[in-house]
Amino acid sequence: MTVLDTGPLPAEPAPRSARASGGSIPDRLEGRASRIFLRWEVLLLVLAAIVFAINSFASPYFLDPWNLSDATYNFTEKAMIGLAMALLIVSGEIDLSVASIIALASVAMGAAAAAGASVWMLVLIGLGVGLVAGAFNGFLVTMVGLPSIVVTIGTMSLFRGIAFIVLGDQVYNSYPAGFEWFGQGYVVWAFTVELVMFLVLAVIFGLVLQKSTFGRRVYAIGNNPMAARFSGIRVERIKFILFLLTGVMSGLASICLTSRLGSTRPSIATGWELEVVTMVVLGGVAINGGSGTILGVVIAAFVMGLVTFGFGLLNVPGIVMSIFIGLLLIAVIALPILFRRVMAARRSTRRVAA
Amino acid sequence: MIGFLLKRREPQIFAAILVLIALISTRFPGFAAPANLAEVFNDTAILIVLALGQMAVILTRCIDLSVAANLALSGMIVALLNAAHPDLPLAVLILVALVSGLLLGAINGLLVWKVGIPSIVVTLGTLAVYRGVIFLLAGGAWVNAHQMSAVFLNMPRSVILGLPVLAWTGVLIVALGVLVIRYTGFGRALYAVGGNPVAAVYAGLDVGRTQFLAFCLSGLLSGLCGYFWVSRYAVAYVDVANGFELDVIAACVIGGVSIGGGIGSVAGTVLGAIFLGVIKNALPVVNISPFWQMAISGSVIIIAVVFNARAEKKRGRLILKQARTAS
Repeated sequence: MTVLDTGPLPAEPAPRSARASGGSIPDRLEGRASRIFLRWEVLLLVLAAIVFAINSFASPYFLDPWNLSDATYNFTEKAMIGLAMALLIVSGEIDLSVASIIALASVAMGAAAAAGASVWMLVLIGLGVGLVAGAFNGFLVTMVGLPSIVVTIGTMSLFRGIAFIVLGDQVYNSYPAGFEWFGQGYVVWAFTVELVMFLVLAVIFGLVLQKSTFGRRVYAIGNNPMAARFSGIRVERIKFILFLLTGVMSGLASICLTSRLGSTRPSIATGWELEVVTMVVLGGVAINGGSGTILGVVIAAFVMGLVTFGFGLLNVPGIVMSIFIGLLLIAVIALPILFRRVMAARRSTRRVAA
Repeated sequence: MIGFLLKRREPQIFAAILVLIALISTRFPGFAAPANLAEVFNDTAILIVLALGQMAVILTRCIDLSVAANLALSGMIVALLNAAHPDLPLAVLILVALVSGLLLGAINGLLVWKVGIPSIVVTLGTLAVYRGVIFLLAGGAWVNAHQMSAVFLNMPRSVILGLPVLAWTGVLIVALGVLVIRYTGFGRALYAVGGNPVAAVYAGLDVGRTQFLAFCLSGLLSGLCGYFWVSRYAVAYVDVANGFELDVIAACVIGGVSIGGGIGSVAGTVLGAIFLGVIKNALPVVNISPFWQMAISGSVIIIAVVFNARAEKKRGRLILKQARTAS
């Protein structure tokens, strides 16, 4: 037994490549990794197709375009956050406070609406609260130097706690005319405003992560923060920007969700952080950072949305869906690890035989 | 020197608790009365026990977010069992709660040890699964007080030597915790594995196995607390102790347990839990809306991590100085 095989060490995980090749130095790290993730997205597409097929057999109402358009509401808001969360997780950090940022932004917008703010004021307030909340997380992580998981567990309580202090057991439910456009409007035919917004953002995030220097730096930081720092990348600054981005996207999701529901309670979007992280990980982003694609996250969003919608059509209660999502989260991470281990074992037996 | 610096943390929290109690007493003099303080301790016993289990897990560089869900599921299992078979002796029910908690903890531990999934992902997943299973078991129904037997309900409440059994259980677990951490190989392994996993491997320790055992311990204690929670509040349903895992982690962090592993003490964790317990019990007394609770816990967590980070940095510098003078 080599030192590398002694088990998981979350804070300093053994490099996956080293584990996969059983201790020997891998010669084609890049090629192998990208091949696995290419396969991962194909796998996801197949999964999406299967879910789609099962749903259309299970319920005659599934294939109706307006029903499908409604189904996208199951994931668009979470997926917007998922895009930014993907970048953050690739860089090796995490934000568990996103659902609480939604609650805080939503309550702030509700209060502003009650004071007579216009639609554009509300949008500015929603995005602004997200920005400030993200900046607070980013400040604590990058400037004070605290682990993001503890910081965001703390701010998860803090942000939602402030929402509870402001609103208590009350509810805001009056918004200016026109605000409902974000969560209930259509751009063309059955394409909702939220869906179009998500797809446009997905393209932008995809280009930023995969085609820009900024994106390449994010990967570099996630793979080896020390090496990234020595190659002149301003690690803290980029991580801070990613926290800002996640905050703003949570603010945007808050605008959409508040507009769709037409009311606000401090308990809004409870538990969404779990679903967003699940979506990102299901999309093939490594939880320890360093790899993943936006395309994978987008497909994962559709898969989760279709599954939830299908369960809904079959009258499966929400809490049972959460069992499914929990199992999916574990399975999605366990399967590639087990698969790689089996492949490595097979390779080493072949080497012994030769 | 290191021992002295490590110990410095506990008097700080202890002083903070005393200041807190003094402040509350200015608004409500009865709060500092011994009987009331005993009541506060009794109210915090479950948090203390869970925080000790969580400390073991965090020491090994893992985290267990599923403690509250484990508590709720184990509690529901014994509640259903009690409702269906009121004649079963209490000892059997408590054993069932312990075994159920242990198994649920072992599932987390196995996924971390044998599959190698980061603990935060595992327990985020099992947290959702365990809660869902409660719904499946009970069909979404509640188990209420009238369905539970008198023995089941009265045990934690019965007073021995001036303290309820629940409080005595807390005292017992704390004592056991001190013994396990100080005088057993497992206790030392927790620190070794979290402090420097590579060195631990060279010292012949199995890192994964130690983490697995820590999860088992955390699960076992969650199972025990499951019985106490359901019996004390006389009700079992899906959302029992929802979000309580954050309080448990907060208690550890306030008590000086480093989330990076390897640093923490039983005394600190217990004081951290009592600190939160005092705040929770004081809010209604000094007329602050309970809606403030969540934001206060959040702020306290953040302040505590900032303090911890400072303390750890300082400690590192001093060790280096000492090493230099020695060489």
